[in-house]
Amino acid sequence: MNISIVLILLLAGAAFTFFAGNKFASKIALLVSVASFVFTLYALNLYLNGADLSCKSIWIQNPKIYFSLAVDGLSLAMLLLTTGLLPLIILSGWVTKFENEKAIYSLVLFMAFAMAGTFLAADGLLYYVFWELALIPIYFIALLWGNGSLEERKNAILKFFIYTFGGSLFMLVAFVYLYQKAGSLEIESLYALALTETEKTWLFLAFFLAYAIKIPLIPFHTWQANTYSKAPAIGTMLLSGIMLKMGLYSVLRWQLPITDTAAKEFMPYILGVSIAGVIYGAVLTLRQKNLKKLLAYSSLSHVGLIAAGLYSLTIEGFQGAVLQMLSHGLVIVGLFFVSEIIFNRWNTYTISEMGGIRSQATKFASFFMILVLASVAMPTTFNFVGEFTILYSLYNVNIGFAIVAGTTIILGAFYMLRMYQQTMLGETNTKVFADVTIVEGLVLLVIVVLVFFFGLYPKPIIELITPSLQNILNQIN
Amino acid sequence: MNTTSLIVLLFAPLIGFLINVFFGRKMSKNLSGVVGTASVLLSFVITLLLFFSVKQPITLHLSEWFSIGKLAVNFDFVFDQLSILWLLFVTGIGTLIHIYSISYMHDDENMYKFFAYLNLFIFFMITLVAGSNLLIMFIGWEGVGLCSYLLIGFWYKNQDYNDAAKKAFIMNRIGDLGFLIGIFILGFATNTLEFSGIQQAIDVDGVVSTSGWYSIAAFCLFVGACGKSAQLPLYTWLPDAMAGPTPVSALIHAATMVTAGIFMITRMNFLFDIAPIVQNIIAVVGVTTALVAASIGLVQNDIKKVLAYSTVSQLGLMFLALGLGAYQVAVFHVITHAFFKACLFLGSGSVIHALHGEQDMRKMGGLRGSMKITYITFLIATLAIAGLPPFAGFWSKDEILLTAFHENKVLWVLATIASIMTAFYMFRLLYLTFFNEFRGTEEQKKHLHESPSLITFPLIVLAVLSALGGLISLPFGNSWLNHYLMPIFAHKEHAEHHLGATEYGLMAFAVLGALIGIGIAYNLYMKKKEVPTSDEVQGLHKVLSNKYYIDEIYMAIIVTPIYGLASFSKNFIEKYISKSVFGLGNVVSVLSIQGKKVQNGNVGFYLFAFVFSISAFLIYLFLIR
Repeated sequence: MNISIVLILLLAGAAFTFFAGNKFASKIALLVSVASFVFTLYALNLYLNGADLSCKSIWIQNPKIYFSLAVDGLSLAMLLLTTGLLPLIILSGWVTKFENEKAIYSLVLFMAFAMAGTFLAADGLLYYVFWELALIPIYFIALLWGNGSLEERKNAILKFFIYTFGGSLFMLVAFVYLYQKAGSLEIESLYALALTETEKTWLFLAFFLAYAIKIPLIPFHTWQANTYSKAPAIGTMLLSGIMLKMGLYSVLRWQLPITDTAAKEFMPYILGVSIAGVIYGAVLTLRQKNLKKLLAYSSLSHVGLIAAGLYSLTIEGFQGAVLQMLSHGLVIVGLFFVSEIIFNRWNTYTISEMGGIRSQATKFASFFMILVLASVAMPTTFNFVGEFTILYSLYNVNIGFAIVAGTTIILGAFYMLRMYQQTMLGETNTKVFADVTIVEGLVLLVIVVLVFFFGLYPKPIIELITPSLQNILNQIN
Repeated sequence: MNTTSLIVLLFAPLIGFLINVFFGRKMSKNLSGVVGTASVLLSFVITLLLFFSVKQPITLHLSEWFSIGKLAVNFDFVFDQLSILWLLFVTGIGTLIHIYSISYMHDDENMYKFFAYLNLFIFFMITLVAGSNLLIMFIGWEGVGLCSYLLIGFWYKNQDYNDAAKKAFIMNRIGDLGFLIGIFILGFATNTLEFSGIQQAIDVDGVVSTSGWYSIAAFCLFVGACGKSAQLPLYTWLPDAMAGPTPVSALIHAATMVTAGIFMITRMNFLFDIAPIVQNIIAVVGVTTALVAASIGLVQNDIKKVLAYSTVSQLGLMFLALGLGAYQVAVFHVITHAFFKACLFLGSGSVIHALHGEQDMRKMGGLRGSMKITYITFLIATLAIAGLPPFAGFWSKDEILLTAFHENKVLWVLATIASIMTAFYMFRLLYLTFFNEFRGTEEQKKHLHESPSLITFPLIVLAVLSALGGLISLPFGNSWLNHYLMPIFAHKEHAEHHLGATEYGLMAFAVLGALIGIGIAYNLYMKKKEVPTSDEVQGLHKVLSNKYYIDEIYMAIIVTPIYGLASFSKNFIEKYISKSVFGLGNVVSVLSIQGKKVQNGNVGFYLFAFVFSISAFLIYLFLIR
């Protein structure tokens, strides 16, 4: 087998879901997502036994573009994140009643297809096509099923779309230039390409713009909070759980190895920007009245730290960043789901309208607490391993970076516990809050179990990703 | 000792936690309490067995955790003299306080949660103490912080309590950042986080080559210790932490968790020994904390607040000992303090229980008649903390003063002043609570009663320990404790002070100091029968009542600016960036007009077009070609 089966499964599943009609759409989508996850696990098993899962065939003769998918530990880890979160995200959608279910679930699967493709593509143009394709479904999901008035929604979503699309165009220019130099966009030939330092600098900046917007790094983040708060929960989860990792992954796969010298030259500045984002995002959470916006800014803070790990250009930084991508994906999906559970009961995201929930819903409160603790990187949660490793790598670069970025453990605790206190604690609310249903509980349980499991036993993931990260680092040096 | 029993020792409290979390709601309150108590008791019994059988350190390897770069971290534990000693009083006092809580928390609807959290705390405390590398210690370190957070905010319907809980967690995290940076430095310098490995690396490196970084690492670890053990400037969370139920104050915020900083520094003694600058800082911070906290304690009217400041002050004395390199002395005081402070807190809990939640000493008085056991045990513990012979606190405090006298006279003077203050405020507390007339309501007076035996039993045990605890390290040569701990400090010769005329003179002087403090208290509160008023106080008294305004200062220079920055960021920077980055803001508004057209299209068709064209492309790719 080769890895394209997972992509075909997702794509065919999207079509099938659409044609199955509203009545069965959610069930079929779940089935497809579980199947794709099972296939990913199967592929993982084959990969670990030494099988070559890549696939390559010519797509366009002139210019010479390949339909080429490559599989290594890193792309498998990202694929696992995608197909692993997908069933949870789809199941979380069961809680909400959507209009026109066949369309939204079909879009969700289609988006997963495009994102998975981004993580696997080994040809620049193919990668670019997947990258842009992923935008289209989320645009519609957010626009048609989002929150708030249509007018506000449209402004927020369109800003997001144009922003990211605009940034990506610079990446396209970079690829066109690279094609002219190399005669191919295959990743190996790009890695092997001899470029002058000036060329690398410009390419680095072009990639950076695309990725800095997608991740997002400050000051390119202004699309994020509004988009997250306007999109329906299912869309927010796709965005925060998986899509923003596309940018981070791409830094590792495309930007750093191709533009190595520039990467080293810019390293301190970009580390500075990333770390500034850690603090800036954390500080902004303190003035958010909307729960989803608060989580969006917390996410801004966390991805800043992940980016810092990547741009530290150390093996520890890479390891920590990838671990943190996975753990952040799990936990942020859980947290957005929590906000959705509250919204479903009380029809509000406004924090001041919440409070007094813990005494009514013990299980819900416990799940939420565990997610909060994971988010602030308590040891024994998955997030601790990643955060520790990233900070450790930053210390390797400069103790000042580690100290400033390390304030995230203080600020993070501050805003997350404050948020928990305001939303959950206090006198029992006069509004009734029913504890989690079976489906809700299942989604949260799976997340919580994984958070602890990999917190205590991250070894298989580290072993999976380290060889490919070492290759990338060797490529840079 | 076989591996199984070590694993049971480690995990019994965790099992207790899980049982109460998952089944506690369906179990009776007594059963919850019994499960919680039994799991800790089990750990205690195994620790006792260990204590009597272990001569050489035992290591326990559970599994690998993770390895990054050159650093490998495992779930490894070490049971040596230091960790066994700590485990003894953690699980021992832990068991007593669990027993106490069965009665104390009986009216609480969430009693099973209380026992669950207590058990979880013990589990993390064991992890902290027994971990054989810095990161396992850090798991315990953060874990006990979490339990402290959960238990301070146990009555979560009260937002003031939640604020106190949050404050404790965050101030601890400030220290934790220091701890983490220290871990990074040591990890990079020695490529290991195992205590034994770091010690070897330091021995090999010697003091010369990289001692600068070692000193910085030692300082960072000390910052962590300041957070956990409530030293200046990070102590303000501990008095607020009294919002938690009283058994929690006794167990976590007096006897065990707050001594974690002292444990950590003792564990890393080989590092601190090569960082004399840091040792000096520790001694100064310790003695200053002791003075500041004791002076605040002079004027507090809440019975638990007095004890809280007293705890901060006593911890300060322990840090003084650490700073002077007298680790055994610090450990000695940790142990005696655990006995008498737990006894005092539990005694105050017994009083509060009898008065249905009243904590203000101005509304107490005369309780010695109706609460005989509580009174007598409380008296013994008070004599111990005030430093009167032959009670436990006398011996340990005296050793600290003795060490200070030999090292630095200024430190000795300051520590002595703090001790005199201690004697004063403790007897002030004793007189106001147990002597003279009862000042509460008639209703309360009718219901005054001695607490049930589940409460008085732990009090009696702790009072006995407070009285006799000094026996473990008498200064007349052959101190058992010093001998027992010898392997931990094997790398350096230890000078036991020879008892000469000076030393006996100092002892006498210390006793005299304590008597002076007691005398002043007697004069004010017994002879003149003064009761502190709630009227406006003036001058120094006002400053002390307001705790030197330190909370207000922190608010003004840290918290308020952060919120200001948040507002500025939200209202100004965000909007500015949003408008200016590439002028995209304007482009968006133009395009959004175009975007409206999309809205009117048939989405179903769009979707269909997507899926169809992509499918067609793939089919072309795989089937036709």
